Amino acid sequence: MSGHSSYQPRTGIERWLDTRLPIVRMIYDQFVAFPVPKNINYAYAFGAILAVFLIVQIVSGVVLAMHYIPHETMAFASIEHIMRDVNYGWLIRYIHMNGASFFFFAVYVHTFRGMYYGSYKEPREILWILGVIILILMMATAFMGYVLPWGQMSFWGATVITNLFSAIPFIGDPIVTWLWGGYAVGNPTLTRFYSLHYLLPFVIVGVVILHVWALHVTGQTNPDNVDPKTPDDTVHFTPFALTKDAFAIGLCFIAFAWFVFYVPNYLGHADNYVPANPGVTPAHIVPEWYLLPFYAILRAVPDKLGGVIAMFGALIVLIFLPWLDGSKVKSAAYRPWYRVFFWIFVADCIFLGWLGAMPAEGIYPTLSQVGTAWYFAHFFIIIPALGYFEKPKPLPESISEAVRLRHERPSLYARLMNR
Amino acid sequence: MASSDTAESTRRDFLYVATAAMGAVGVAAVAWPFIHQMNPDAATIAAGAPIDLDLSPVAEGQIIRVFWRGKPIFVRHRTPKEIADEQNTDLASLIDPAPDSARVKPGKEQWLVVYASCTHLGCIPLGHQGDWGGWFCPCHGSAYDTAGRVRRGPAPLNLPLPPYEFVENTKIRIGAGASA
Repeated sequence: MSGHSSYQPRTGIERWLDTRLPIVRMIYDQFVAFPVPKNINYAYAFGAILAVFLIVQIVSGVVLAMHYIPHETMAFASIEHIMRDVNYGWLIRYIHMNGASFFFFAVYVHTFRGMYYGSYKEPREILWILGVIILILMMATAFMGYVLPWGQMSFWGATVITNLFSAIPFIGDPIVTWLWGGYAVGNPTLTRFYSLHYLLPFVIVGVVILHVWALHVTGQTNPDNVDPKTPDDTVHFTPFALTKDAFAIGLCFIAFAWFVFYVPNYLGHADNYVPANPGVTPAHIVPEWYLLPFYAILRAVPDKLGGVIAMFGALIVLIFLPWLDGSKVKSAAYRPWYRVFFWIFVADCIFLGWLGAMPAEGIYPTLSQVGTAWYFAHFFIIIPALGYFEKPKPLPESISEAVRLRHERPSLYARLMNR
Repeated sequence: MASSDTAESTRRDFLYVATAAMGAVGVAAVAWPFIHQMNPDAATIAAGAPIDLDLSPVAEGQIIRVFWRGKPIFVRHRTPKEIADEQNTDLASLIDPAPDSARVKPGKEQWLVVYASCTHLGCIPLGHQGDWGGWFCPCHGSAYDTAGRVRRGPAPLNLPLPPYEFVENTKIRIGAGASA
């Protein structure tokens, strides 16, 4: 939170620097003495995990760009060259591939955490909107990265996704031609996607800086819904939250290493090991798993333009969430009905993701329509209605009070042990 | 302060607006080349010129695939039975109604030239398959007849016709009359 700086330069060098460029003061205020509510749980570690994975992707990406050749005749071969010849190339490529999946897993947990604890509510609306912008940028970046190996999924995924823009009336076709740089997906498409895939992560870094800035102005939310009132309600970010985040990152890296070393291709699609062939489409094109819910929404609407509007609308609606939710109570822990509908919404998103991987025939399109209808009803009907009808539970006096109450209530573990 | 004390606008206010407007024009003029560079370049447009295709080696019943402007195109030599079936189709039964005569050139009913991309999500359908013997798209089960008309969804439209014309009895020029 923005308050008076508590930084005390001790050495002569620090004092000399502090009067010229107070960078140590800034780091101390924002990342050492920054007050963190003492009741935050591990759901709050995913911001730090995301920051780490952004760095993982940028470092491994810059390294891969030293060996990758963005040309339609050489792209696929240069990836195989990275896998076979470049020292540890196989490792760095698998880190980058699986890093994208972990990045999206973390961002979805991060987003759901924000929805559960009301982290988008006043005064954190701009913090939330910046997060939605980062999510959209992440999707664009991941999509363009997936095109670079120039396998079958790369080529046909690029064809399908760029064709979405052709649904726009009148200007759709010129936009698609402009995106392609030709009459179909081809070499000009590949080279520009390479350039933009390099650029966008740095745009993401810029928005992340604004995101963290906004967070540090409003302060962190916490699971108990009440803002810190006394210094006793918070702890310093360093070492308390820092070591907690570091521990969570360590656990996350264990899972990540298991994927990279033992099942590096589990989350990918085998068809992308077939070089791009503009004459043959794989029988079943599916996007990467993290885009599947939105793909299901796209296919649920029987109209081309309608499907595109629904898919982008599913993302854009998040921006308006702070104003759709009229409840003054932030945390779902004190909202008995919101909590139920929140978990139904999470289940609906997973359901849509599963449907996105199924063929668009038989019962699946109907189920996709049900899932899509529920998705939008959650935002436009359920959340506004709960603001009126729901009776929240009594809130604790303070964070310290909430922590004390929780310690008095025996944990599940203690109850099992004392049985 | 540069502002004047009078409430009404002054010639200096006009200068501010005129300067800002010229600045905006300058920014737009510089932005356009940076946007337009992504449109198809001269080499791509040159490579998109019409191509000639000799149909004489294509046997009756055969489907060949050619590429024009990076897009696959089917050329199908239809049998007399297929032509008769399509000409007698009830238009009211079609998803995207179009008479067979609108799908081919007059007097050249045996030659069907269509883009090879399913109008659903862009997969390339398989020839001589499906209930109508035209094409069957393996991605989501759309079926087309031998006039390239969609008979069963989810595809909403018939296979589109590329621009082409006959330059000789058995030679077509694909892309004739198309804009760059």
